[in-house]
Amino acid sequence: MERKIRIMVAKPGLDGHDRGARILARCFRDAGFEVIYTGCHQTPEQIASAAIQEDVDLVGLSCLSGAHKYLFPKVVELLKEQGAEDIAVIGGGIIPEQDFDLLYKAGVKEVFTPGRSLESIVDWIRENISVQ
Amino acid sequence: MENTSRSTRECSGKEGCDHVELAKRIINGNIRAASRLIRDLEDDVLQAKETLKHIYPHTGRAQVIGITGSPGAGKSTITDELVSAFREKENKVAVLAVDPSSPFSGGAILGDRIRMQRHASDPDVFIRSLATRGALGGLSNAVGSAIHILDAMGKDRILVETVGVGQQEVDVINHAHTVIVVLVPGMGDDIQAIKAGIMEVADIFVINKAHRDGTRRLQKELLSLLDLKGECPGEWKPPVILVDDVLNKDTFNENIATLCRTIEDHHQHLVRTRLLEKKLEKKAVVEILGVLRSSILGPIVKELQATGEFDDMVSRVMKRQNDPYTLVEEVKGNFLRNGKG
Amino acid sequence: MYFPKDLLDKSKALTKKWEDQVKRLTQKNADQKQRWSTVSDLEIKRLYTPEDIEHMDFERDVSVPGEFPFLRGNQPTGYRGRYWTFRMFSGMGTAKETNKRWHMLLKEGQTGLSTAFDFPTLMGYDTDSPIARGECGKCGVAIDTLEDFLQLVDGIPLDQITTSMTINPPATVLWAMYCAAAELKGVGLDKIGGTIQNDMLKEFIAQKTFMCPPEPSVKLICDTIEFGTKFVPRWNTVSISGYHIREAGSTAVQELAFTLRDGVEYVESTIKQKGLDVDDFAPRLSFFFNSHIDFFEEICKMRAARRIWARIMRDRFKAKNPRSWWMRFHTQTAGCSLTAQQPYNNVVRTAVEALAAVLGGTQSLHTNSLDEVLCLPSEHAVEIALRTQQIIAEETGAANTIDPLAGSYFVESLTNTMEEKACEYIEKIDDMGGMVSAIEKGFPQMEIADAAYHYQRQIDRGEKVMVGVNKYVGEEKSLIPLVEIDEKIEEEQTKSLQAVKRKRNGKLVVESLNSLKKACREGENVMPYCIEAVKNLATVQEICDVYREVYGEYHDPGLF
Repeated sequence: MERKIRIMVAKPGLDGHDRGARILARCFRDAGFEVIYTGCHQTPEQIASAAIQEDVDLVGLSCLSGAHKYLFPKVVELLKEQGAEDIAVIGGGIIPEQDFDLLYKAGVKEVFTPGRSLESIVDWIRENISVQ
Repeated sequence: MENTSRSTRECSGKEGCDHVELAKRIINGNIRAASRLIRDLEDDVLQAKETLKHIYPHTGRAQVIGITGSPGAGKSTITDELVSAFREKENKVAVLAVDPSSPFSGGAILGDRIRMQRHASDPDVFIRSLATRGALGGLSNAVGSAIHILDAMGKDRILVETVGVGQQEVDVINHAHTVIVVLVPGMGDDIQAIKAGIMEVADIFVINKAHRDGTRRLQKELLSLLDLKGECPGEWKPPVILVDDVLNKDTFNENIATLCRTIEDHHQHLVRTRLLEKKLEKKAVVEILGVLRSSILGPIVKELQATGEFDDMVSRVMKRQNDPYTLVEEVKGNFLRNGKG
Repeated sequence: MYFPKDLLDKSKALTKKWEDQVKRLTQKNADQKQRWSTVSDLEIKRLYTPEDIEHMDFERDVSVPGEFPFLRGNQPTGYRGRYWTFRMFSGMGTAKETNKRWHMLLKEGQTGLSTAFDFPTLMGYDTDSPIARGECGKCGVAIDTLEDFLQLVDGIPLDQITTSMTINPPATVLWAMYCAAAELKGVGLDKIGGTIQNDMLKEFIAQKTFMCPPEPSVKLICDTIEFGTKFVPRWNTVSISGYHIREAGSTAVQELAFTLRDGVEYVESTIKQKGLDVDDFAPRLSFFFNSHIDFFEEICKMRAARRIWARIMRDRFKAKNPRSWWMRFHTQTAGCSLTAQQPYNNVVRTAVEALAAVLGGTQSLHTNSLDEVLCLPSEHAVEIALRTQQIIAEETGAANTIDPLAGSYFVESLTNTMEEKACEYIEKIDDMGGMVSAIEKGFPQMEIADAAYHYQRQIDRGEKVMVGVNKYVGEEKSLIPLVEIDEKIEEEQTKSLQAVKRKRNGKLVVESLNSLKKACREGENVMPYCIEAVKNLATVQEICDVYREVYGEYHDPGLF
């Protein structure tokens, strides 16, 4: 029985710089994953409930506005509140290294910043995410 | 909200889990449990069908509306507006949005819900994206099952959105009681597409972005095609509704209201003429055939492939050592006698 | 014919000889790589010769600075009359802090101001809107009402300094605030100068800062063009931008083509909707390009841009005023070329990109700071970036002569190629019925997404190099001090917004918003109503909510 990995790619907050998010969405599709793309300008509430409705295994957040310190932990928190803490959350965008710890502590599984190859991100997913 | 993630996940797809309990949770409207089960059915997890059995008695209440049309016609926008309109009437709504899988990687980008995200945090709107996955007939089954689950959850209206090309999509849209075909002027090949099959399934036509050049022409072409079909007294003639969302929100809202009314009219028509019963009968036939295919043919083919017998059959047929009829008779004898299927 | 026949014959003979030699040599030692191309993957030949430009006509295609087709610049005097404007984009936190940074920059020799707004402002939301949580002041200055704006321009002589405001969906609102501020300071609207970006088409195409659907968005832009033409003649009411198109991952040719086609759309719409003569408003249209890392490609892009625009304005729109033929543009070095790895390398990248912009003949320039890929720039980093421009202007000699690369076989040939390819795109979009309809079909969005994905694949495979990222990767991390925006700003800004809301005359606010709504419904020019509303202290969001209500909201179509 083949189970497809389902990933939600979402842009929380108000910035519309979706180059990275869109490249990743394509890359995930080409890696054989099913990608639910929510587009820009999403609130953490929208992202969390969409992730649950779509029953994804992973939520990939991209933020370039500097608001990641509020937005990423909020998504993790909302998923937990709704009984979906098993949905993994990863993040990317313009995230200074000094913020990584705060994000990891908040429950973000991994942070990918510019310079990571697409292949290495796909590998990370194959290693760390499986359909339970 | 009930915290059920673990139990749902542990139960679903495994043997010996409490299907009754899971079904109950879904019937009580638990989103997580429902979305899990839809996923399992999409992935063809055998045990998930057990749960479905317990759900089935609670289905048959929701109105199913199909929305189809070419890419870029604005189906998702129309769907999104219909969701809002139904929510205003305090209907509980679900959307199943089907997008094609990549034939190369098997992956997919499901981007339809993007236009409906404003409803994402409304607990009475459930939006689910499905990929076509290319399995023959599988998609239609998955959509059928998903409709049952959403129906049992208590959704009043279920909108099924799909790109209007190919047999697979037509099968999907056949789950709907009322089918809306969305067109947009200036896309060129729309009329061809309509002739190629959508015409037969359409109950309502929407011409979207109707401020554009070519609207009148498209409308005329459509109406003359409809006339060609001929008209029997008392028969439903698909109306053509113009929708325009540019520069004036008020007219747009009126257009959507008209569409809602027409959907209602069509439903009344189906009830009055007892066509609804016929549709449901046809659906039952399709559903039984689908399940027969997936639960009898599916496992047989799977096993034949696993043991290499299937390849063997292919090569024997190719070399003219055997004919497919004899081979299949053998298979039938083996499987059905052994009760494997 | 650019060259006399005997010279061409000689050149052909010599080139043939050279080719044979290269063939022999490369058979012995192969080149480092098979295909050499620009950062946009435009293939470049090993050598360019007179043959590559033999079909050019000097008068028609090149000419002199200040003459059609303006390949060599709009100004006959080049940079000798005055350098380009050193215009550093800045904005952070509160209006008060940004005002402080502005005074610092003016003291350091900056000659024009440029405003970055935070995301709530850019999207037409107030700081206290639920969707704005966590964003206040992060990427620029937070402006909610005219009170904030007055603080922003405190002590700035509005009749002497020109100010550029990077604002799009709420451009009418922020410009109305500028006009209102000028009035309150006793400066006439005919005395103020500056630019609002106000280019919505590129938002749909690339940057995704949008509010209303494309058609009403264009209508609002036409309103500003009309208002500016009549009352604020020194204002550039739209800065038609390729910058963001490029940052979204387009090629240089796509940046050129889509930007110019956006320009065509604005000109067409203004003529159609406002009945203005093209020469009434075309001289105030301005452009904004990216200067990426591929040195020659960028120079050629800018040269080609001037020539294409001049031809479009003269031949397509029949503009008669030579100023209508001018393409005036601002340039910013490429943010997407910077790397978080080994960030000091960014100084070098920015210097090269800035030099390209100067050789391409830009009128105005922003140089990125080395830390901009990580956070808002620190004062020190901004200073280096500004000094980079000053060094190019005053030390390198790059400004000594006009368009120094003209006549180079390679530069002229690449300029021609880019013009041809851009014009193909422009024609294609014409065939689609214009840019708005191309956007609805997702055409430019998809072209850019394809290019961005292609480039990322090339980086992943090592076919294109980013030093410190996929080659010459260092072990140690170089830590640079990062600017952080205090999370408390959100709270402070919310409080001051609430204070304004308490003290203002609520009745006047409602009345002016209602008049604005009526104007929107009846298709009137919104600007006078907008100025009235901001004067009554209506907030950015209150005004934008009127637009959203009347025109509807646009959402990301998410095309792939």
